Amino acid sequence: MLRIEKLSKTYRTGDKALTEVSVAVPEGQIMGLIGPSGAGKSTLIRCINRLVEPTAGKVMLGEVDLARLGTGELRRQRRRIGMIFQEYSLVERLTVMENVLSGRLGYVPFWRSWLRRFLPEDIERAYRLLDRVGLVDQADKRADALSGGQRQRVGIARALAQEPDLLLVDEPTASLDPKTSRQIMRLLTEICAERGLPAIVNIHDVPLAQQFMQRIVGLRDGRIVFDDRPDVLGESALTTIYGAEDWQAMRQGDDEQAEAEADAARRMAVLAR
Amino acid sequence: MSGPEHHSQVWTYRTPRARLLIWTGWVALVALFVWCWQLMTRDTIWFFVQDAPRQAVDIGSRMVPPRWEYVPELLVPMWDTLNIATLGTIGGVILAVPVAFLAARNTSPSPRLLRPIALFIIVASRSINSLIWALLLVAIIGPGILAGIVAIALRSIGFVGKLLYEAIEETDPLQVEAIEATGASGAQVLNYGIVPQIMPAFWAISTFRWDINIRESTILGLVGAGGIGLKLQASLNVLAWGQVTVILILILGTVIVSEWVSARIRHAII
Repeated sequence: MLRIEKLSKTYRTGDKALTEVSVAVPEGQIMGLIGPSGAGKSTLIRCINRLVEPTAGKVMLGEVDLARLGTGELRRQRRRIGMIFQEYSLVERLTVMENVLSGRLGYVPFWRSWLRRFLPEDIERAYRLLDRVGLVDQADKRADALSGGQRQRVGIARALAQEPDLLLVDEPTASLDPKTSRQIMRLLTEICAERGLPAIVNIHDVPLAQQFMQRIVGLRDGRIVFDDRPDVLGESALTTIYGAEDWQAMRQGDDEQAEAEADAARRMAVLAR
Repeated sequence: MSGPEHHSQVWTYRTPRARLLIWTGWVALVALFVWCWQLMTRDTIWFFVQDAPRQAVDIGSRMVPPRWEYVPELLVPMWDTLNIATLGTIGGVILAVPVAFLAARNTSPSPRLLRPIALFIIVASRSINSLIWALLLVAIIGPGILAGIVAIALRSIGFVGKLLYEAIEETDPLQVEAIEATGASGAQVLNYGIVPQIMPAFWAISTFRWDINIRESTILGLVGAGGIGLKLQASLNVLAWGQVTVILILILGTVIVSEWVSARIRHAII
């Protein structure tokens, strides 16, 4: 279980990204983090595995305070936290298998990783995970030969190869088309359910969050302004999170897009005639 | 949407002021050229310049026909030259890799101390020509191939080191961040996050430098550092122009072959 207590982050420029954020994620819960861009979603999940250094507060993963660790101990604790990225962040010129096995780097000595001589159980686990995400026959392809959805599946397999106690997921679908986005979200939630794995998912797509998350936390200007089940997330809550103007704009954007699509369809129909 | 009633036919790319400035600039440049020309030609002895075409024709006529019988004698020095270039490049690349990692902002272990040292090594190596390195080394380790190899290696450190550290700084930080997030050690992050990203640049830079080094190593013999340059100097000293022609043709052929090889290698990488 993850417990964040009064976490604050002020960037060197003086921007306050997070102000005394406290939130707990119990075993097996998938928590969606929504909010406008600049609200501190990315900063919050990066403060957990310390890709960003928090300014104050505690990040308790089990009994360990991640915010207080020295470099050596931080590396050991990072093995417990799998991370999935918006742009997949695969090493493009390595093979799919090498990318998945790189999830084991924290567990193997340097010479093994250098010579690509991973332990048999690591290799078996990697194949099992690739099978789970449906890419076992692509294992020896280079990562840059895959499509966006396939790359994100490799990203998921790499995070799971760490055998993590927590998953951090940063905008997993932002670079994907709507259909692939839903497939990826379904895969993520299924895998978390199978393993009882808690996850924090940054997500900008509100309908997608409502569909797949068990709990939604809304962040605005570095503070938590909503924390409840997705079915409670209504107009008023969304207005609080995104601000009246922006939420109207987002909704209007959706309406305009539907209108534009309908218009395009009409014109195509005229042309086809 | 309706535009204005009437559209102008006049449109200029620059304002009148900018045009004036540009013209002033050109006039100043021409004036500078005239002044430099006068400075340059003050000490020229025009008799020699007038004589130049005749001299060129004279040397040209002595250079043909090439003395082809000389070729067998050149094969061993040519082989030496190739070895100087190749071994020098390998040595230079091996020395340049750690320097590049120390010099790159994103991998340098100490930006305040080691990075300036690495940058200094790169600048020092680049600012001294191979021929001057060879002159120094012939004095230090004596004439011969070894001095040539070391000269080429020392000159290559700067070139390879600079281009490689720029490639390291241009790597995608997201891929590196992802490897860091798995709990990998510093060496593992380099091995998995950085090295795969710079491999194409590494091979392209190394073969390009090898290609340059073949050309540079042909003249190292002029200062006693072994290879075909020794033969060139010997032939020039005895005014054996037919032999000089053969040597120049051989160098040209070798350079063409090395260009072809390095182009093939670069093509294979991309």
